[in-house]
Amino acid sequence: MASAERHISISSDADIVTARQQGRALAEQLGFSGSELTIIATAISEVARNIVEYARTGEIVLSPLVDKDRRGILIVAWDEGPGIPDISKAMMDGYSTSGSLGLGLPGAKRLMDELEVSSSAGQGTIVKMKKWKR
Amino acid sequence: MQVPILKQGDYLIASIQAALTDADLVELRDELTERVGRFRSRGVIVDVTALDVMDSYAVRMLRAVAHMLKLRGAETVIVGIPPDVAFAMVQLGLTLEGVATALDLEEGLVYLDQKTKGGPRGIR
Repeated sequence: MASAERHISISSDADIVTARQQGRALAEQLGFSGSELTIIATAISEVARNIVEYARTGEIVLSPLVDKDRRGILIVAWDEGPGIPDISKAMMDGYSTSGSLGLGLPGAKRLMDELEVSSSAGQGTIVKMKKWKR
Repeated sequence: MQVPILKQGDYLIASIQAALTDADLVELRDELTERVGRFRSRGVIVDVTALDVMDSYAVRMLRAVAHMLKLRGAETVIVGIPPDVAFAMVQLGLTLEGVATALDLEEGLVYLDQKTKGGPRGIR
């Protein structure tokens, strides 16, 4: 069964590793190639770390994507943390409010085919990203 | 997941065996910084062959390791970055600028010999 949705609750750095391993496993079941597995796992690691760093707790939901003749993977990272006051700034390379390298969101966007962020101050954050099979 | 650190002559070799959490990476940094002093090591090899991903945190931590060990008088070389991990790092925008890298353990040892002994053993 490759089609089950997987929910991974995120509240510590160990959960970041679990999330990226589960994401890699699902992507493998879906037939992604070796280098794509690493790309997907890396993107999950970045968005999961954002949850731990900014919101402390949240969840990663992994699911298969079907769109006409395309197949892919959908990764949703959501939290009820402080939210992102300025999304356009958060999508800029090198912008960080936590002292990190500031590559998390823009970096994940480059790794994936699609990445959307919805957030506002005090309302939590939802990051949706997709990768399609080549 | 603890990272085994072997002492070989003037060098320390840390071989990462599996995926590491942020806390594991911090522990590795602290262990290496302490052992370089205890064993008076001149060089350190960090083998990342088995690391599943190099995300921004791992890169930041490995850069910190290399710079801290330099301040303690030891050279560091990161070895064994697999091709797909290298590809993902480039896409993500990560560089290991200022940190030496080599293909594998063997090349890492050659690098350290050049840096700390003025040339590969047996050649000069």
